[in-house]
Amino acid sequence: MSGCKRNGAAASGKTAHIAIDPVTRIEGHLKADVTVENGKVVDAKLSGGMYRGFEQILRGRDPRDSSQIVQRICGVCPTAHATASIMAQDAAFGVKVTNNARITRNLILGANYLQSHLLHFYHLAAQDFVQGPDSAPFVPRYQKSDLLEDRSKDLKAVNAAAVDQYIEALDVRAVCHEMVAIWGGKMPHVQGLVAGGTTEMPTKDRILEYAVRFKKVRDFVNNKYLPTVYTVGSVYPDMFKVGQGHKACIAYGVFPLDNAYSKFMMKSGVYFDGKDHKFDPSKIHEDVKYSWFEDSTTGLHYSEGKTIPAPEKEGAYSFVKAPRYNGVACEVGPLARMWVENPPLSPVGQKMLKEKFGMDAKRFRDLGEDAAFSLMGRHVARAEESWYILDFIDAWLKEVKPDEETFTAYEIPESAEGTGFTEAPRGALLHYLDVKDSKINNYQIVSATLWNCNPRDDKGVRGPVEEALIGIPVPDIDNPVNVARLIRAFDP
Amino acid sequence: MSLNRRDFVKLCTGTVAGLGVSQMFNPAVCEAISGSLNGERPPVLWLQGAGCTGCSVSLLNSVNPHIKDVLLKVISLEFHPTVMAWEGEPAMEHMFKIADKYDGKFFLVVEGSIPTEAEGKYCVVGEADHQEITMVEAMKELGPKAAAVLAIGTCSAYGGIPAAAGSQTGAKGVRDFFESEEIATPVVNIPGCPPHPDWIVGTVTVALDAIKKHGLADGLGEVVEILDDDGRPTPFYGENIHDNCPYLEDFDNDLLATKFTDVRGCRMELGCKGPDTMSDCYKRKWNNGMNWCVQNAVCIGCVEPDFPDGKSPFYEPA
Ligand code: SF4
Ligand code: SF4
Repeated sequence: MSGCKRNGAAASGKTAHIAIDPVTRIEGHLKADVTVENGKVVDAKLSGGMYRGFEQILRGRDPRDSSQIVQRICGVCPTAHATASIMAQDAAFGVKVTNNARITRNLILGANYLQSHLLHFYHLAAQDFVQGPDSAPFVPRYQKSDLLEDRSKDLKAVNAAAVDQYIEALDVRAVCHEMVAIWGGKMPHVQGLVAGGTTEMPTKDRILEYAVRFKKVRDFVNNKYLPTVYTVGSVYPDMFKVGQGHKACIAYGVFPLDNAYSKFMMKSGVYFDGKDHKFDPSKIHEDVKYSWFEDSTTGLHYSEGKTIPAPEKEGAYSFVKAPRYNGVACEVGPLARMWVENPPLSPVGQKMLKEKFGMDAKRFRDLGEDAAFSLMGRHVARAEESWYILDFIDAWLKEVKPDEETFTAYEIPESAEGTGFTEAPRGALLHYLDVKDSKINNYQIVSATLWNCNPRDDKGVRGPVEEALIGIPVPDIDNPVNVARLIRAFDP
Repeated sequence: MSLNRRDFVKLCTGTVAGLGVSQMFNPAVCEAISGSLNGERPPVLWLQGAGCTGCSVSLLNSVNPHIKDVLLKVISLEFHPTVMAWEGEPAMEHMFKIADKYDGKFFLVVEGSIPTEAEGKYCVVGEADHQEITMVEAMKELGPKAAAVLAIGTCSAYGGIPAAAGSQTGAKGVRDFFESEEIATPVVNIPGCPPHPDWIVGTVTVALDAIKKHGLADGLGEVVEILDDDGRPTPFYGENIHDNCPYLEDFDNDLLATKFTDVRGCRMELGCKGPDTMSDCYKRKWNNGMNWCVQNAVCIGCVEPDFPDGKSPFYEPA
């Protein structure tokens, strides 16, 4: 089996160009073009190969339709798009949701966080480390994949356990979807999240049904997911040393703990130049010099945003725009949230960090900047976040009031605007809604994939994943395993 | 046993509402359909066009049969961008190799629509020979070679959200695309945004069973016979939501819900599109029988050819 092809004549001397297209086991269409010199990536271009035009499709519609339509941006985290959309609508319609609605929304989104993180680790990323059965779709695969068993023959049992967990996690993630469906109606794509609250009031029975399923998920996260991530990590200590990128990140805050949205389970904040900054939405703009969008639309704040495709534009290489905060390319996702919030680490994490890495770490930032902002650090962040949310879900289950109202009526104003800020499992997400004549006049979406997988900005600065690829080891250009490993660690 | 419409209905829906396809998935049936083509698990190539991957995620929710058995015992999934181990050019080459090796004998599953404007550039599915391959090109190459196409999800069946008013990508469903390209391969539509996993697995199973018994051409012929005018298998899409709705009595008595959280009352005033929608959600329910759209909120008619434009505004009465 041949490996990934060098890009034709471009392979000269010690420099090779590798194109990986499609990058698989992600959500969407992505291509990576990397230049390798002396066994390391020295340059990278990331190209998003699909444009559907949600912003254009939304124009002129009933504003309430947006939450249904935008969910279809992503089948893995539709709940997050729905949440951002209904928050934008709430803001535009001037409606304050009830306490019970806020909690029910948290329970819906929370269950999908767990679903998304499990799906990501086990079904999208794990095959980068673990060898699956010798049957399609697990074969063919890279010839030299640098899997657990390639690193040590002693790891057969670990590999086997991880494959078992792959299968078990299929069930557990489906159970998470059941939890979403209890008040969300169905998954993928929920009916239950609407402007003004949620469509179904929790009842005693339904709360119990959720709780029973939650226990199963909780056990799996504690007893399987967390230890497996640390065990795999301990076999790949080198993966804690690569992929740091710009070391800049942003989080908007998610899972509101009060109705003024002043306290969150994961708070908002920005980190760059080695310092923490307060999040200020006015500092976001989007560049399109290297994106297939009209040049006249570059550098705009999302509230002025325009989405006009220009598929033939010279020099551009992606359908992804390049959002910047204060001019900085920030990464988003579990690592960003964990770095900003800096919550305590799980008991499993603390114990295993001590045993396997000789590290005394109580909170996430104790991992240090280099290990946290690394390929493996992103997997650890995702697993630790999955653990961190468990106690919150438990508390919301106790707090939610059976048979108490979750919907508040409102009128659609003739003209208004509103922005919904939330966090998809894969990172910061905002939806901006502008209403004129009671119809959608402008709708703009800045999604997690836009933040992470963007091309160069107008100043030529690489996007977060592009930058994180620099320095990634590719000892054998026919088996560029680590390139895809790095990209998938972000959950694109 | 020859598989006529009645048998199919019996297989798929059983006598007890909600049992779903599970009962036909006993080991004997699994055994019987493996080796439908060439004595092997039939090769399946799964292309993703302009879509959201929600159809794939929905299929992962298949409980009975377990998705693991579908993947490892029923079909041989040789290409699927979200689950396969392989990637890059070699993955694309593998896909084209399988299509040649099993010319006329593999199944092509399509998720997402086919954007035809700008020479297909709105959706690039990969690279081969250092050339980008668009969804349009991949469909032209693989479409004619496939034994049949399963258009999974409303995007690939009818265009769906990516083809809604305002879109400038020229997104099309498979049947439309095949018609304009004069490709004659049979297409089975399994719409829904996304479709229920039972609808996908049930159709695949029954198709394989029919092929096993009657050969490829005749077997597919049997399946085509049970499709409605919109290309959907009638056992799953043959009944109307409204006619079977638990709120029908409320509707008949003019008891109408005025807000979502009302426990009683027909949802018509809130925008329910059940009267214009054909599917068996009302008895099958979603996510292992947990809930369904009308019970939770309203039906937005996602299995219908005119979704979304013909169904919106979603929260206004039709
Ligand atoms: S039919 Fe719906 S769920 Fe399926 S890909 Fe299209 S938008 Fe996603
Ligand atoms: S809720 Fe919808 S499907 Fe049910 S009776 Fe009313 S209109 Fe018909």
